[in-house]
Amino acid sequence: MSTEDPLPGYGGRLRDLLESKGARVGCRVRIIREPGEIIEGILMPKHSLSNPRTIIVKLDNGYNIGVDVESVKEFCVIECREVKRASTTKLAMDSSKPLVTIIGTGGTIASRVEYETGAVKPVMDPEDLVELMPELKEIARLRTFVLFNILSENMTPHHWEMIASKVHELLSEDPSQGIVIAHGTDTMSYTAAALAFSLQKLPRPIVLVGAQRSSDRPSTDAALNFVSSVLASIELKVGEVVVCMHGTTEDTYSLAHRGVKVRKMHSSRRDAFQSINDVPIAKIYPRERRVIITTSRYIPPHRPEELEARIGFDDRVALVKAYPGFQPEIIDFLVDRKFHGIVIEGTGLGHITEQAIKSIERAVQEGIPVVMTTQTLFGRVNMNVYTTGRKLLSVGVIPGNDMLPEVAYVKLSWILHIDRDMNFVKRMMLQNLVLEMNPFHRVDLFPRWFHG
Amino acid sequence: MKAALKIPKSLDFQRLGLKVGLEIHQQLETSRKLFCECPPITVSHEELAKAPRIRRELRVAKSELGEIDVAAAFEVQRGRVFEYIAPPSASCLVELDEEPPHEMSREALVIGLAIALALHAKPVDEVHVMRKIVVDGSNTTGFQRTAIIAMNGYVDTSFGKVGIQTVTLEEDAARKIEEHDNVVVYALDRLGIPLVEISTAPDIHSPEQAKEVAETIGILMRLTGKVKRGLGTIRQDINLSISGSPKIEIKGVQRLELLPKVIANEARRLYGLLMIRDELRRRNVKPNDVMSQKPVDVTDLLRDCGSRIVRSALQRGERVYALKLPKFDGILGIELQEGRRFGTELADYVKQWTGLKGLIHSDELPAYGITEDYVQAIRDRLEMGNLDAFVIVIGPTNKVLRALDIVKERAAYAVIGIPKETRAANDDGTTRYMRPQPGAARMYPETDIPPIVVTDELLNEARKLVPPPPTEELTKLVNTYGLSRDLAKQILLSGYLRVFEDLAKECRSFSPSMIASVFTSVAGELRKLGIELSEIPDAVIREVILVADSMNLGKDGLVALLMEVGKRGVKIPEKVRELVEALGIKPLDLESVRKEVEEVINNHMNEIMARGERAFSFVMGKVMSRLRGRVDGKLVAKIVMEELSKIFKG
Repeated sequence: MSTEDPLPGYGGRLRDLLESKGARVGCRVRIIREPGEIIEGILMPKHSLSNPRTIIVKLDNGYNIGVDVESVKEFCVIECREVKRASTTKLAMDSSKPLVTIIGTGGTIASRVEYETGAVKPVMDPEDLVELMPELKEIARLRTFVLFNILSENMTPHHWEMIASKVHELLSEDPSQGIVIAHGTDTMSYTAAALAFSLQKLPRPIVLVGAQRSSDRPSTDAALNFVSSVLASIELKVGEVVVCMHGTTEDTYSLAHRGVKVRKMHSSRRDAFQSINDVPIAKIYPRERRVIITTSRYIPPHRPEELEARIGFDDRVALVKAYPGFQPEIIDFLVDRKFHGIVIEGTGLGHITEQAIKSIERAVQEGIPVVMTTQTLFGRVNMNVYTTGRKLLSVGVIPGNDMLPEVAYVKLSWILHIDRDMNFVKRMMLQNLVLEMNPFHRVDLFPRWFHG
Repeated sequence: MKAALKIPKSLDFQRLGLKVGLEIHQQLETSRKLFCECPPITVSHEELAKAPRIRRELRVAKSELGEIDVAAAFEVQRGRVFEYIAPPSASCLVELDEEPPHEMSREALVIGLAIALALHAKPVDEVHVMRKIVVDGSNTTGFQRTAIIAMNGYVDTSFGKVGIQTVTLEEDAARKIEEHDNVVVYALDRLGIPLVEISTAPDIHSPEQAKEVAETIGILMRLTGKVKRGLGTIRQDINLSISGSPKIEIKGVQRLELLPKVIANEARRLYGLLMIRDELRRRNVKPNDVMSQKPVDVTDLLRDCGSRIVRSALQRGERVYALKLPKFDGILGIELQEGRRFGTELADYVKQWTGLKGLIHSDELPAYGITEDYVQAIRDRLEMGNLDAFVIVIGPTNKVLRALDIVKERAAYAVIGIPKETRAANDDGTTRYMRPQPGAARMYPETDIPPIVVTDELLNEARKLVPPPPTEELTKLVNTYGLSRDLAKQILLSGYLRVFEDLAKECRSFSPSMIASVFTSVAGELRKLGIELSEIPDAVIREVILVADSMNLGKDGLVALLMEVGKRGVKIPEKVRELVEALGIKPLDLESVRKEVEEVINNHMNEIMARGERAFSFVMGKVMSRLRGRVDGKLVAKIVMEELSKIFKG
C-alpha cells in the first residue's frame, strides 16, 4: 500500500487540498457542504471519467457520491486505518486428484473489483478460484502460475512466445498434468492459433479460457467456463489447442473449439466464441461432469516424445483489409518499410481492387509473400472464378483456403520466423498443418440467422 | 390450539417506542429504461408465452473484507436455478446481462432530481452508480444498479417534519412469474424500468403517520406528472423497530391502505416475541437446552396413522422426524399476528431455507389426522416432560435434518431476543419471514457507467418539473370543483389529476365528484373484476366519459361502458363510439323513460297500493333493472316521483 499512490486519480488543486489535510484513499473524512449539511464517509479513488473537481466518498450505507470541491466549506480527516485485506484460508488440495496447472495471463476471467477502492485486481490464487467454484476441488488439484497480467488487446507475438514456452516447459516437466491458460477474450483466438502452430503433435489438449463477465459478478460466466476448461484439460482426449467458452447464452454447457477455427463473433455475449467453417470439438457439461466429443475430425493425443515445438514469430507481418476505395499505397508503404509478409482480408471469393494489383505484384517480386483470405469469414476463397482473382493468382498471391484472416496472419508470422524463402512459405501456407483448413463444408456449418 | 400467552391486540405505539422509516419506490414514466433503449413497459401474457427462455445460475464471491453476506449465503445454499423470459418487445441484451449497460437515461435523472427538490433534498454534485448485490435471481447480473442523487431532505406532516435521508435512482427488478422444483421464473420486461427510491429517516412513530407520509410523498411524485400509475408501480418497504427489537425490514407493500395495518401487525409481533422471550426466561430455558436436542426418526410410529399428509409422504419414500423443544409447551401456539403463531414463524423458516412445506407442532395437535394416541407415542419416544413441546417435519431425510437444524436455531434464539429479518407483507396485512437481512458490505462501484456531473442545466430542467406543495393542490381541488378533501386526496394519489381536470371542465351532465369517482372508487371496483384502469389509455377513458356524458347514460351506464372497453382491450378512442353502436346503447329520451315507468306502475298496481308512500324504492328497483346503464338514475327517480305522486294524489 505504501508504495502505491495514496490518492489515485486526484490531481491539481483538489489533490493539493487533500494532501494538505493528510488525506489518502481509505481515510474516513468529514465534509461540510453548506451550513448544516455534513457528509461523512471513506475517501475513494477517482473513476477515470469523473470530473477533476469531484471528491468521491463512500457513505456508511455503501453508496458512493461525488462532492464538488467548490461546494466544500470544510474538510477534515477523521481517521486513517489500513485497509483490511481478505484473509484467504490455505486449502489442502486432494492429492489423489489429477494435477492441473493454470497459467494466468490477465483479462476479465482473472480479475475482480476491490471493494474498498473499486480497482480491478487480479485473482489467480487457487484459493480464490476454489472459493468461487468449490466444485473445482472435486475435479482436480490446482496449481497456478501468473505469467503476466495484461489485457489481451495489448498482446504481441512476443507474449505468444512466452506462453508457448511456458506450456512447452510444463509438458516437458510432466506431460500428464492438465494445462489451462486464463486469457483475455479479445485476442484469445490469435493466441490459440499461435500455440497450435508452435506446439504440434501434442500429448493432450491445451485449453484456453476466458470470461465475458468478471468473476466478481454473481452472474459471471467465468465459473462455468473455468470448471469446463479444467474438466476438458483432464478428460478431453485430443492433442489440440482448444478454446473453452459458453456454448449458448445459458449456463448449461461449454464448447471446446479448435483453436485455429474459433473466432470471437460478438462484442459482449457469453457465447461470443464460435467455430467458423468447422464444428466444435466437444461439448462440456460441467454440472454433470461430462465431456462429449462432437466430431470425428480431430488430432488425437500423441506420445509425449513426439511433441514438435517450434516457438517463434516474425513481428513484421501486416493484416490488411480490402474495401471500396482501397489505397494501393498502403501496400507500397508495407513494401517500402520492408515488411516480411502481408495477409489481405479480401472481399468475397478473395478479391481486392484491380488498382492494387501492381503494388501486390511488386511486393511478391521483392520477396514478400501475400496471402489472400476473405472478410466474409464463412466459406473459402476461390480465385479462379473472376478475372481479378485470376490476376491476383498470376502475380503470386497465395490463396488462404477457408482459413480465418487472423489465423492466416498468425500462421504466416510463424512460418516466416522459420524461413522466409518464398517457395517454403507458399508450400507451408497451402499445407493443412493443424486442421486450420476444412476441405469439407457441410451445409449446416453456416448459422441460421434471425429473419424476423 | 394451546397457547401459554395472549398478545394484546391493541398497543400503545408511543410506549412501545415504535420507530418506522419508509422506503418508497416509484416507477418513472420515461421513454426508455434506465440503462438501455428498451421501452419501459410490461408485456401481455401472450407475448410472454412465446418469448425465449434462458436458464442461468448466480454465484457469490467473498467480499474484499473476507465476508460472505448472510443474505447472499442464504440464497446460494438454496441452490436455485433461474429462468428468464425475454420478451423481444421489452428487453434486449442489456437485461440479459449480455451487453454492458448504456448511459443513464437523462430523462429519468431529471425527473428524479425534480422529486428530490420537491422533498427539499440536496442533489449530489456527481452521481455514481453502484452495484448492490442481490442474488435471488431478480436481477440477471446478480446486482441492482442504484445511485444516490440527493440527500438530506424532509417532508412536512401533521405530526411534524419527517427527514428524507436519501433519494436514489435505480433499476427495477425482473418480474417474478412462478417458482417450481427449484426453478424460479422471471420476466425481463420490468427489469431496468427507472425507479426512484425515497428513504425516510426513522422519524415516524405511528401507523397513521406512516400512511400520511407515504400519501404525501406519493401525491408529490404524481404531481410531477412523470411517474407511472397502476398496481405495482409504487411499492413501499418498511423499516421498523420497537424498544428492545432490532430493525426489521418488510418488503413490498403494494397498497397504501395496507401500510398502517402492516406496521401495527409487525409491532404486535415484535412485542409478542419479547413476551415469549420473557416467558421462556421465566421457565429458565437456556439456548443450549434447545441446541443440544437431536432429531428423532418417528416414521415407524406414524406409519399407520390416518394422516393423509403422512401417508402420501411415505409413499414417496420420505421420512418423518421429530424434535423436542424443551419447556416450549404452549409457546408454539401463541398468536403473534392474526392467524399466525410462533409455530408459523418456525414453519416459514423451514419453507424458506429448505423448500419443504413447513412443520407440524405439538400445540396444534391432535389434528391433520394425527390423533391423541399418536401424539402420545411421539411424546414417549422423545421422552418428553409436561412442559416440553415438539415439532415434526416430513420430507427427504437430508432436507428434514437441515430443516430441524434451522428450527433449533430459531427456537433457541427466542430465548435471546428477536432475529434481524427481512420479511414480506402478506395481502391481509400480516408479515412472513423471507430471509436474513443483508449486511452493508454488498455495494460495489458500477465500473461500466461513467459518473454524471449534476450540472446547472440538469437542475434547471428539474426545477421546471417540481410540483407545488400537495396541500396547495388539495385546497384548489376542494375550492374549484367542490370535491370532499378525501376525494381530492384520492384524485391526487390516483395520478389522474390532469385527466380529471380536463373532463371536469368539458362534461355537461356529470358532476366533478362523479368524474373523480371514476379514477378512485370505480377503478377499485373494476380491479375486483380483473380490469386495471391503468391499462386503458387515457384518451380512451376520456372518450368513454365524454360519450356517457353526452348520451346521459348516468353513472351506471358509464361504468358498464368502461367495463366493456376494459374487457375488450380497446386502445383507440375512435373505437368507443363504434362499441356503443355495436352494443346498441342508445340514449333514452324522457318520453321513453316515462313510458317504462308507467308500464311498471300499471303492472304492479296492487303492490304499489299496498306499500303506499314506501312504493318509491320498489318502483325504482323495477325500473332501473330494465334501464340500468342506459339512463341516469337521477332522471328516473324524478319521473318515478312524478308518476307516483299522480297516483297517490289521485
